[in-house]
Amino acid sequence: MKGSQLGEFEEIVLLAIALLYDDAYSAAVVEELSQRLERPMSLGAVHRTMQRLEEKGLVQSRFGEATAERGGRRKRLFTVTTAGEQTLQEARKIRNDLWADIPKAAFGGGLV
Amino acid sequence: MNSNHKGDELRPPRWALAVLKRLAAPHLREELEGDMEELFHKRVHRHGFTQARLLYILDLLLLLHPRLWRPQPEPRFTPRYTKYSDVSKPSSFSPVMIRNYVTIAFRNLVKNKSYSAINIGGLAVGMAVAMLIGIWINDEVSANKHHKNYETLYQVKLNQTFDGRRGTQDAIPYPLGNELRTKYPDFKAVAMYERTEGTRSLIVGEQKFLKHGIYIGEEAIDMFSLNILNGDQKPLKEPYSIALTDETAHTLFGNQNPIGKIVRLDNSVDLKVTAVLAKQPANATLQFDFLLPWQLMEARYEWARNATTNWRTNDFSVFAQLKDGIDPAQTNAKIKDVVLNHLASIDPMSKNLVKPEIFLHPMAKWRLYSDFTEGKNTGGFIKYVRLFGVFGLFILVIACINFMNLSTARSEKRAKEVGVRKAVGSDRKQLIGQFLSESTLIAGMGLIVALIIVLVSLPFFNTLTEKKMAIEFGNPVFWSIMLAFTVFTGLLAGSYPALYLSSFNPVKILKGGIHVGKNAAIPRKILVVIQFTFSVVLMIGTIIIYQQLQHGKNRPLGFTKAGLIMVNSTKHLLDHYDALQNELLATGAVTATCKTNAPPTQWWSSNSGWQWKGASPNDESVIFTTIATSYDYTKTMGIKLKEGRDFSREFATDSSGVILNEAAVKRMGLKHPVGARLRWANRDWTVVGVAPDLVLEWSPYRDVAPMTIIFAKDWVNFIDVRINPAVAPSVAIAKIQPIFDKYNPGFPFDYKFADTEYAKKFRYEELVGNLSAVVCLLAIFISCLGLFGLASFIAEQRTKEIGVRKVLGASIANLWGLLSKDFVLLVIIACLIASPIAWYAMNQWLENYTYKITIHIGVFIAVLALALLITLLTVSYQAIKAALLNPVKTLRSE
Repeated sequence: MKGSQLGEFEEIVLLAIALLYDDAYSAAVVEELSQRLERPMSLGAVHRTMQRLEEKGLVQSRFGEATAERGGRRKRLFTVTTAGEQTLQEARKIRNDLWADIPKAAFGGGLV
Repeated sequence: MNSNHKGDELRPPRWALAVLKRLAAPHLREELEGDMEELFHKRVHRHGFTQARLLYILDLLLLLHPRLWRPQPEPRFTPRYTKYSDVSKPSSFSPVMIRNYVTIAFRNLVKNKSYSAINIGGLAVGMAVAMLIGIWINDEVSANKHHKNYETLYQVKLNQTFDGRRGTQDAIPYPLGNELRTKYPDFKAVAMYERTEGTRSLIVGEQKFLKHGIYIGEEAIDMFSLNILNGDQKPLKEPYSIALTDETAHTLFGNQNPIGKIVRLDNSVDLKVTAVLAKQPANATLQFDFLLPWQLMEARYEWARNATTNWRTNDFSVFAQLKDGIDPAQTNAKIKDVVLNHLASIDPMSKNLVKPEIFLHPMAKWRLYSDFTEGKNTGGFIKYVRLFGVFGLFILVIACINFMNLSTARSEKRAKEVGVRKAVGSDRKQLIGQFLSESTLIAGMGLIVALIIVLVSLPFFNTLTEKKMAIEFGNPVFWSIMLAFTVFTGLLAGSYPALYLSSFNPVKILKGGIHVGKNAAIPRKILVVIQFTFSVVLMIGTIIIYQQLQHGKNRPLGFTKAGLIMVNSTKHLLDHYDALQNELLATGAVTATCKTNAPPTQWWSSNSGWQWKGASPNDESVIFTTIATSYDYTKTMGIKLKEGRDFSREFATDSSGVILNEAAVKRMGLKHPVGARLRWANRDWTVVGVAPDLVLEWSPYRDVAPMTIIFAKDWVNFIDVRINPAVAPSVAIAKIQPIFDKYNPGFPFDYKFADTEYAKKFRYEELVGNLSAVVCLLAIFISCLGLFGLASFIAEQRTKEIGVRKVLGASIANLWGLLSKDFVLLVIIACLIASPIAWYAMNQWLENYTYKITIHIGVFIAVLALALLITLLTVSYQAIKAALLNPVKTLRSE
């Protein structure tokens, strides 16, 4: 756990990048997340998070192809690094462990 | 996709795009514009044009954040270890890393052997000197502290004015001790002691020894917390007893128990040994081989018994101990007029002119603050302690400067190493750790070498300073100082390379090497100038001290000190003086003998109250130093009288004759001194001769005081003997000794040469001269060592340049000049800075003397020449070596 201080939003963005695999760029992540979370997403928030993730070494980026839709501008494509994957795994494990350790009675299962 | 003509209309607001273009950092502009546009088009499809435009503006607002316009950070090196990898990066100061630093440091030392030797050697010598000086200062400062009552013990001193000058002395009248003891409750204890120093004869069985003993009140044992090793706890209670130091007891009795044994003193009284005392440490003020009870003095000498109620004669001394918590200033105020009050009724002159005033001089000041001018304490030896403290600091600074200079000069070569280290993932903290541990390691090795140097040189140093000092290896304070000092030096010396080099950008270093411009060498040059300024100040100072020393030694004395010996007179010798003199002369080894009250190199007595024709009443307080002698004084001393003649057996009237020195004639204002009538001690005196000014002062640099040489047959402490210059001194002594032994049973033959005794007057000057010579030589040595190292680095740095110059036709002399001139310039600057400093400081020092040299400009020129010569010799080796290199070899690699 030590060292992997990943905020909730960072974790979600990181997961989205992993999900989009080879086509993860800011606009795509915004689209993906707005659909899945069913709430509007600002490009600014997503873009800044992705910058931060890159500084932490959890993702790396390269320029992708330009499309007409973008007015001929290139995309910055992100991929999750090994370190990023490791951090995600860790976060997941912690959640799983927490879930596993919740007593059944906690969510009322025992009473019904 | 919509057709192109339609796309024209479906555009995001122009101004918003312009804002984005303007605000976004260049490296983000393209992707963000693209993302925004892509989202806009998707939203037009989904929600329609108007809403897409609104969302576009909203997104733009939400993008406003420092990250949007922050410039692109420098490319970072992805470290091998990251926060998120499975192998955690060791902290910069974890044991693993420290072990690594030390290993690397060792490898570096071994790899650059000459550099390491210069660096460690220079630092070690500097530390050793600083340590020796530290030990010396500690020895001076801690003197007398072994006495338990250090804080409350005092010497009672007396201020008196004679001939307009206020003098301070230890000698006080006898009754003062009792007065202080009985009438002033401030005092816890008071002990009288006999002031005159000298040796006495101790006889045990057949063996005779000369030892130094003092008569002292029994209170002194407790006051000075003297450690009684064996015997009576109150060893000085009975008058006919004697307390020996352990050393003396061993000399006298070997391994036998000395307690209760009999010792014969001065071949006249038998004393019982009552105790064995621990010998005082060498730096204690109270020094003795044995102690005699105060009552014994009264029992033995009539003059002592007569003095018990005499307030006029100052022949004794007294130690006093205050009760705890008493303020000495208050006690001083109470006691200052004790002597005056007793004298006022019998001697009205004392009140108006002499104004005797007593005061307490604390033990803490006995050793280092013993000088008094006009009745005020004006320091003393402390000035030399401070001076050498500064010298020690100088040397240390010079050594540290070396260390820093060499480290920084070399660090440029290590820039590549820093680049590679950074590239493979070492961060700045680790590099700092690396450099600091390297310099601390060198400092540590310097410490070890320094300790060895100190151990080896301490005996010589002890001889030089006439001390018995040792390193207190058992003392944790010593070790913590050493350790702190080493770490401090290491950190100081390593700080520059550590902080400077670690800040290099690896890309730049590895690409083409960093170009440290001329500016980088400036601090180094300043340090060299500082270093040489110190050295040159020391050089000038030492030369001037030696000149002053030589000046004093060359002073015309008015008498011939070579071939003159002195022997303490005893009753036996004086009883048979005529026979002794005849037999000595008969040997042919002796040309003259005389009797005096003082050794031939000093005066011991001074008197006021002389009256002469034309003297004013106040002139009665003029002090004349007094030599009491009888016949043959000038012959024995080798004095050439200026006028008149010596005392002669042919003139019966000479029994009231007096010889004046020139200063006395001048003071009295006598136009025709020979035959002048004087009056003193209720007697008439006639001047028979005028002697030159004999330099018999305690310091050979003082003005000669007016002196009267009076005829006084029975006032004798010494017999002086003039050895025939044709006879070797050792042969003469062999002939003289049996005659003295014959007439002086009970005393070993003990003689002193006047010239060696006189030489002792230069103790301080010689000590200071020798110490500064040593410090100066080492300072120059260390500075040159640093210069040598620096020159080698610079020569190495400029190898290619030299190669090119050679190819283009530069001669070896040209190149030698090229490489040397920088250093020569620095040394000249240092000399220019140092000369006025040295001139000022040495003028201050010379102020202490009345008979002194004037500082000559030649000294500064000579030192400048010497400094340049030394510099050139040091630098030339490297310069010529570099100039001789074959340019083919140096340029081949390009």
